[in-house]
Amino acid sequence: MDGDRPALRRTARAAVAGVPLVFLAVFFVWPLAAILERSLVEDGRLDLPFDVLVARETLDVTWFTLWQATASTALTLAAGLPLTWALARFSFPGRRLAEALVLIPFVLPTIVVATAFLAVLPDALEGTVWAILVAHVFFNVAVVVYLVGAFWGQLDGRVSDVAATLGADPARRFLAVTVPLLQPALAAAAAIVFLFSFTSFGVIVILGGPGYATLEAEIYNQAARLFDLRTAAVLALLQLAAVTAAVAVAGRLERRLGGGRTARSTPRRRPAGRERVVVTLVVAVSLALLAVPVAALVERSLSVPGGYGLDHFRALARETPALLVTPWHAVVNSFLFAGLAAAIALAVGLPAAAVAAGRRGGWLGMLVLLPLGVSAAMLGFGYLLAFDEPPLDLRGSPWLVPLAQALVAMPFVVRTVAPALRAVDDRLREAAAVLGASPARVRREIVLPLVAPALGAAAAIAFAVALGEFGATVFVARADWPTLPVAIFRFLGRPGAENVGQAMALAVTLAGLTVAVALAAARARAGRGWRP
Amino acid sequence: MIRVEAVRVALGPRSILADLSLEVAAGETLTLLGPSGSGKSTLLRVVAGLQQPTSGRVLLDGTDVTPVPAHRRGVGLVFQDAVLFPHRDVGRNVAFGLAGAGKEEVDRRVEALLELVGLTGFARRAVGTLSGGEAQRVALARALAPAPRVLLLDEPLGSLDGPLRDRLQDDLRDLFARLGLTVVHVTHDVAEAFALGRRVAVMREGRIAQVATPQELWRHPADAWVAGFLGMRNIVVHDGRRVVVRPEAVQLSPGEDGTVVTAERRGPSVLIGVRCDDGRTLESVTTALEHPAPGDRVRVAIDPSGVIALDTEEPA
Repeated sequence: MDGDRPALRRTARAAVAGVPLVFLAVFFVWPLAAILERSLVEDGRLDLPFDVLVARETLDVTWFTLWQATASTALTLAAGLPLTWALARFSFPGRRLAEALVLIPFVLPTIVVATAFLAVLPDALEGTVWAILVAHVFFNVAVVVYLVGAFWGQLDGRVSDVAATLGADPARRFLAVTVPLLQPALAAAAAIVFLFSFTSFGVIVILGGPGYATLEAEIYNQAARLFDLRTAAVLALLQLAAVTAAVAVAGRLERRLGGGRTARSTPRRRPAGRERVVVTLVVAVSLALLAVPVAALVERSLSVPGGYGLDHFRALARETPALLVTPWHAVVNSFLFAGLAAAIALAVGLPAAAVAAGRRGGWLGMLVLLPLGVSAAMLGFGYLLAFDEPPLDLRGSPWLVPLAQALVAMPFVVRTVAPALRAVDDRLREAAAVLGASPARVRREIVLPLVAPALGAAAAIAFAVALGEFGATVFVARADWPTLPVAIFRFLGRPGAENVGQAMALAVTLAGLTVAVALAAARARAGRGWRP
Repeated sequence: MIRVEAVRVALGPRSILADLSLEVAAGETLTLLGPSGSGKSTLLRVVAGLQQPTSGRVLLDGTDVTPVPAHRRGVGLVFQDAVLFPHRDVGRNVAFGLAGAGKEEVDRRVEALLELVGLTGFARRAVGTLSGGEAQRVALARALAPAPRVLLLDEPLGSLDGPLRDRLQDDLRDLFARLGLTVVHVTHDVAEAFALGRRVAVMREGRIAQVATPQELWRHPADAWVAGFLGMRNIVVHDGRRVVVRPEAVQLSPGEDGTVVTAERRGPSVLIGVRCDDGRTLESVTTALEHPAPGDRVRVAIDPSGVIALDTEEPA
């Protein structure tokens, strides 16, 4: 009997790893393969799509995607660094609150961000590239503040002090000492902002004028509006190649730059003298700029002819020509789908996290992150191509929505739960085992209570991601089953102040829900669990 | 010359420096000695211009530099753990303060400075490969590069130990004498203070408790606290006054004044603790091979020449 136990355990482990692997194979690899097939194979033989690749339109779109992502990244760094400095280097009343507020634009669904900028931008800027760039900065500033800030807070402030005693003025101290030391964090933040901007979809389709399409938006345009599936597939392939290259370059850069760790970190200090003025100004102006679009969104949702009122919210319960159902249904659908998506993401993500947290499970941890690298619109497009014939004919099935959303949310589940599992001290398990607890009891009474906060946070994050998911959902959602983001998009696509008002009201609703769920996630993660 | 006039640094209701005044003559090495939290490092930061005092002035060579920022003061600073720029090699660390000079000039000066601190040929080394002592020497060369008017050292030997520490201490003393530098040096170590400082300022809770040469300090501590901090443990009431009794002035012989509690050999000498019948505890030091053992009854005689009267009456 004893001889069977290890074999049994191996089988069990394989089964646990099998769940996420099968899910990834069916709902990630297969759709990608479908795109590949559609772009490279014509009438059963290989047909390389050079005509599409070298087409003037393709080059234009690729060029625009590239340069707007580069510009967005540079602007985000420039706009985010002063605030990062103030929050990472100084302590002042309300610093934690400021840090939390910075995160709000980042957790807001892109469709809400786009709608908010529609509300705030002067007409002259609407449909220009500036609208896109500013929205990207707004959305991504939190990436800089958090990634670079965490690193900046770890720097030894005395390094800069020494430079000062050696005659370096503040500008030279920043450029010759601080920036080189921050380089790894700056590179990491730049890479992430670049990727987000490169694969931007919601912001582009709503704020971008006719001339401003990214690859991502053009895939949607070709597939859903012009029904040119082959061109869409080729663009998707191009996008995949570009993203892969960007990730590879970023990874190399990060490793090469290395920077240098300082021996110890300097705690935040109170700003003194002129610093106090600068820090106050930086924080106040940054937060005000971040608050303006959100405030404008709320204002527009409440503004009715001749004053303010809740008319747009009341109208959500009425039938509208923009949708086949009442907007209120979209809210209910969103909840339903997000709940299902979170459940699926947990069901698939928890086994993956369990394997990934193990000594030899790192590969699975990397594997489940892959969907993050593929844009959502591309995924949605892949679903349309892949699940339209037996054996898996889900054409028109509402199930496609939660499945796509679950795939997008699953990496977040694994990223949240695996570190928590890894943090459980092995000696606790051993202590319990020595006290006579079976492995099942150890899992139930030791591990589970310890990772419970992470599980709660993972569920909330998955729910929030699914709630705001737009790129994939807009492809696969049926007209009579719209989600909140899809409904907002439909309203914005129709003329008339009435429709815009309803879109604003829905965006406010979605923003409120998302922030509430994000807060729940933060609370779950912060506490009430045990900290080893 | 450094002049610190009534400098106060307040952190909320607490004063880290409490109206502290101090003068360091040109070419002098002054040591700030005190326990951690006494404000030594803050005083250095104020002199360097890294910390603005709440009130008071700092003068360098007679000019008020209080509003001058650190990068225009020409004050060199060395921290306890070197704090080298991790992204620059040794040579480029030393060269940082030589901005503006031509490349050849910089190379020549860097090489000369490295030679001065005993690190010839280290210019291309990465700072991560240095030992603690080497890193500290690089930090010193870097601070000396722009030819500062004043050199400030914050616990420069604090992270080193053993023979390395002694050697760097000797090298520092020779260097200061040779270059005629005005140096303020901070330490909590009494031996280091006496070895490096021509004058020693003992600091306590943001104030200067006493400034004197090591010799004077040892001969005549200003109060019981200073005496205790310097390591004198026999602070007793003698003939109705609080005094310090040097352990070598406490002579023991068989008798009935008290009981030996401890006897510890420390190299050539033996430290003997005695509890006297009148309640006082005294330490005696002897170099004799034969000495009383714990439990022995002894007679205690105190040589009057080893009794130091304390100026201020303050409970230890």
